[in-house]
Amino acid sequence: MWARAVWLGRRSWMGWRRGFTSKGDPQVKTGAGRAGGEAAQETERVPPMTPSPASSAQGSGRVTAEVIEHLERLALVDFGSQEAVARLEKAIAFADRLRAVDTDGVEPMESVLEDRCLYLRSDNVVEGNCVEELLQNAHRVVEEYFVAPPGNISLSKQDEQKPFSHTD
Amino acid sequence: MLGRTLREVSAALKQGQITPIELCQKCLSLIKKTKFLNAYITVSEEVALKQAEESEKRYKKGHSLGDLDGIPIAVKDNFSTSGIETTCASNMLKGYVPPYNATVVQRLLDQGAVLMGKTNLDEFAMGSGSTDGAFGPVKNPWSYSKQYREKRKQKPHGEKEDSNWLITGGSSGGSAAAVSAFTCFAALGSDTGGSTRNPAAHCGIVGFKPSYGLVSRHGLIPLVNSMDVPGILTRCVDDAAIVLGMLAGHDPKDSTTIQDPGKPFMLSSLTDVSKLCIGIPKEYLVPELSSEVRSFWSKAANLFESEGAKVIEVSLPHTSHSIVCYHVLCTSEVASNMARFDGLEYGHRCDIDVSTEAMYAATRREGFNDVVRGRILAGNFFLLKENYANYFAKAQKVRRLIANDFVNVFNSGVDVLLTPTTLSEAVPYPEFIKEDNRTRSAQDDIFTQAVNMAGLPAVSVPVALSNQGLPVGLQFIGRAFCDQQLLTVAKWFEKQVQFPVIQLQELMDDCSSVFEIEKLASVSLQQ
Repeated sequence: MWARAVWLGRRSWMGWRRGFTSKGDPQVKTGAGRAGGEAAQETERVPPMTPSPASSAQGSGRVTAEVIEHLERLALVDFGSQEAVARLEKAIAFADRLRAVDTDGVEPMESVLEDRCLYLRSDNVVEGNCVEELLQNAHRVVEEYFVAPPGNISLSKQDEQKPFSHTD
Repeated sequence: MLGRTLREVSAALKQGQITPIELCQKCLSLIKKTKFLNAYITVSEEVALKQAEESEKRYKKGHSLGDLDGIPIAVKDNFSTSGIETTCASNMLKGYVPPYNATVVQRLLDQGAVLMGKTNLDEFAMGSGSTDGAFGPVKNPWSYSKQYREKRKQKPHGEKEDSNWLITGGSSGGSAAAVSAFTCFAALGSDTGGSTRNPAAHCGIVGFKPSYGLVSRHGLIPLVNSMDVPGILTRCVDDAAIVLGMLAGHDPKDSTTIQDPGKPFMLSSLTDVSKLCIGIPKEYLVPELSSEVRSFWSKAANLFESEGAKVIEVSLPHTSHSIVCYHVLCTSEVASNMARFDGLEYGHRCDIDVSTEAMYAATRREGFNDVVRGRILAGNFFLLKENYANYFAKAQKVRRLIANDFVNVFNSGVDVLLTPTTLSEAVPYPEFIKEDNRTRSAQDDIFTQAVNMAGLPAVSVPVALSNQGLPVGLQFIGRAFCDQQLLTVAKWFEKQVQFPVIQLQELMDDCSSVFEIEKLASVSLQQ
């Protein structure tokens, strides 16, 4: 009974987080040095909704230059070529087939374990003191810190490098 | 000795017919001989020999840890291994040495298993061919089998044999090739949309995907959290059950593992299938299905029927939407999961030092291949505020419909579903790469990904050789958490079909000159 209440509580928490549209995307960060450690703390995380410029090419199969630039900033990955844009358009056209499915009254399914109680371990420290081990995988550290370049400069508008888009 | 199953070699170890060190050395030597297959990214020779030594001590004292003690195993390179490089076949993680073991790896080691190395895959397990990794493609051992070569000789065309090697399927192709080529007795793969079952089918071995929640994912570098499960690749169903018995059960470090008390997975030998009801989903009969696979599928159904099982046609009406739904959910979760790779705490880091964001962006451009970047961008598109409801939430709704299809079929009295695993047998590499990764994955995952969306257990069992002398696998799908029942049926089926053993002796003996040339062309392996 107790665990069931926790599960429901967690769902509403996820709901809150989905509405939270921070670009900082805190839940995709993992503990230092643990590329695979996610399952420890979370179950199936619902990817967050991301903010976007007003224009998009929904349904048209074409993606505007503005959306491309926006995606590049969100993903911190660049398209790099016209083929990559074409690939995205194909991926969208493929996904558009979902529109044909009647999903009226169907609740989204986030987890196949949705009807089970969620296990929460007791809040005790069971491991730790592994600073050195974790820092070993970083390229640049000073004392016990990861070293990042200046953080208060946003990705510059690359004027010289126009994002790839259709010429029309 | 290496051709034996895990159970057989375990008995040989217990009887002292071979020692763990001898066995480990034999496997290491075969790994070297078959290096051209590119099955392993890292061969952990020193660690393996040390583990074998410890195992040998235990056997001498009479304190063996059980069935897995001294057994050489391999692990896909997306499971974290303490002190052993874990790359996900990506430049992003080259040189990354995890400080801890994935729970499944730890459990195998706790049972005395000997880790031979980390196996090759598609970058971050995104693919269905094991052709898209930073360490080059994996070659299917069946390309060099006597069975396939004899069939090829009969054909008149004069293509160069070596350039036409076959793909393994993927993304756990390295694990499948490692088991198929006798370099280990069991391997871990991962299965998000079919990545364990697909290469198992192409390599003529058993590939098992457990129920979601039965086996811990802690330390498996995530692709799609809501679908990922560790997979098991072995040469027979019994072996898969032994390994599952070691892995299954609650893990405090993975809250998605269920807490039901664990049961040992000892498979009884089914003698009577007359109480079984086998469902044949009619939507799986797609035009792209090769006539040969189709014929093996229907022969298998006839076999069950002739032995008294009830075989009925069933409908999973949302099947045709499944692959599209999978595509949206997969890319969306990938976009979220891949955000962790920024060069700061681990993995590749570029030289750009202008700003944090510029460093992130350049690191990710250098670290990820086109496929990964493409999925990240598509996922970000589906998660855009104005697209979220139409794509991501819509796909989650379709996912429920697909999961409900299975629930309805199982509620109607069906015990196990029987389907093909793949559309056809393995294809040659030049043919495979004619299509891009997304198109390939959409074709190749067609029979496998729906199971992941519903969280069900499924196993691919090799059935027979095609006209070309290549393995064909069929898939059994079970009720959620009825993994044991599923494997029991699979074991019965395996016994009936008597799938032939791969004949690689010639490969070992007379092809070394060919391999020398190939070795030069392929990406060098780290040792």
